[in-house]
Amino acid sequence: MHRDFGDYVLDVVQNAVEAGSRNIGLRVAESEGRVEVLVEDDGRGMDRDELSRALDPFHTDGTKHANRKVGLGLPFMVQGVEAAGGTWSVESEKGKGTRVRFAFPLGHPDAPPVGELPGLILSLMAFGGAYELEVTRTRDVPGKSRLEWSARRSELAEAAGGLRDAESLALARAFLESQEAD
Amino acid sequence: MAKMTLEQLRKLREEKKRDIERRETEGKEIRIIVGMGTCGIAAGARVAFDAILAAVERHGIGASVVLAQTGCMGLCHVEPTVEVLVPGMPDTIYGKVDAAIATKIVDRHVVARALVNEHIYDRPAADIIRN
Repeated sequence: MHRDFGDYVLDVVQNAVEAGSRNIGLRVAESEGRVEVLVEDDGRGMDRDELSRALDPFHTDGTKHANRKVGLGLPFMVQGVEAAGGTWSVESEKGKGTRVRFAFPLGHPDAPPVGELPGLILSLMAFGGAYELEVTRTRDVPGKSRLEWSARRSELAEAAGGLRDAESLALARAFLESQEAD
Repeated sequence: MAKMTLEQLRKLREEKKRDIERRETEGKEIRIIVGMGTCGIAAGARVAFDAILAAVERHGIGASVVLAQTGCMGLCHVEPTVEVLVPGMPDTIYGKVDAAIATKIVDRHVVARALVNEHIYDRPAADIIRN
């Protein structure tokens, strides 16, 4: 079982990167005790049969991913979300891309903690490749105005110096932490 | 904490630039690669990644270290796995890397140039090595 909900997000976004996406959108919204995630990509997409296999934890043909033989990201997400009383959907079109949504109540006893978002988003931006990732984050803050921010991988890489060496990653992390602070 | 702007981030980067350029010309690039397959993620690879980043920054060697992520290295039974490539030292794959071990790998392998023997789990499995 994954440690926090960010692990599910990491798996899904990594799928999008490996699907050859040029543009990936991630939206993470926390409101009224519920977290909602949307990951959209313009990667190679899946037909109905491929999507069915991607959701099946007991199926592998060694070709789900380019550099590994198995893929359990979506089945783990489904299992975790359903255990926490949440909802999910995966829509995909061959040659067009994939849209993954999931949501669950944070107060459910089996709900994974949200975890530490800046570290998650840094990891999402640090995969190799020329993909663009736009993150949109909203969160209700009790007694304050709603937290809302967004970040684009290309802009962050340019400002922080590439997202390759640890120095630039640390700078990018500091930036993301400042966005997420109340 | 006030929200940082991209312009402030650029200025912060510029402040460090001279030091970074000096280190880059030394030509001693160190690579640390964290396995971020589903197996690694489930076992805590993000924790290891964060701990490595913090340790590298603590030692002030961030500009000389490339920190990357990859998929499963074929060693699912000892996740999280971390590959360390330091010039002049054997390429090494460590397993069962939690935050404490990640810090030890940076302190001992990267900085002190000594292997962390008890967590070495050899090279990648044969089925993922490219011919």
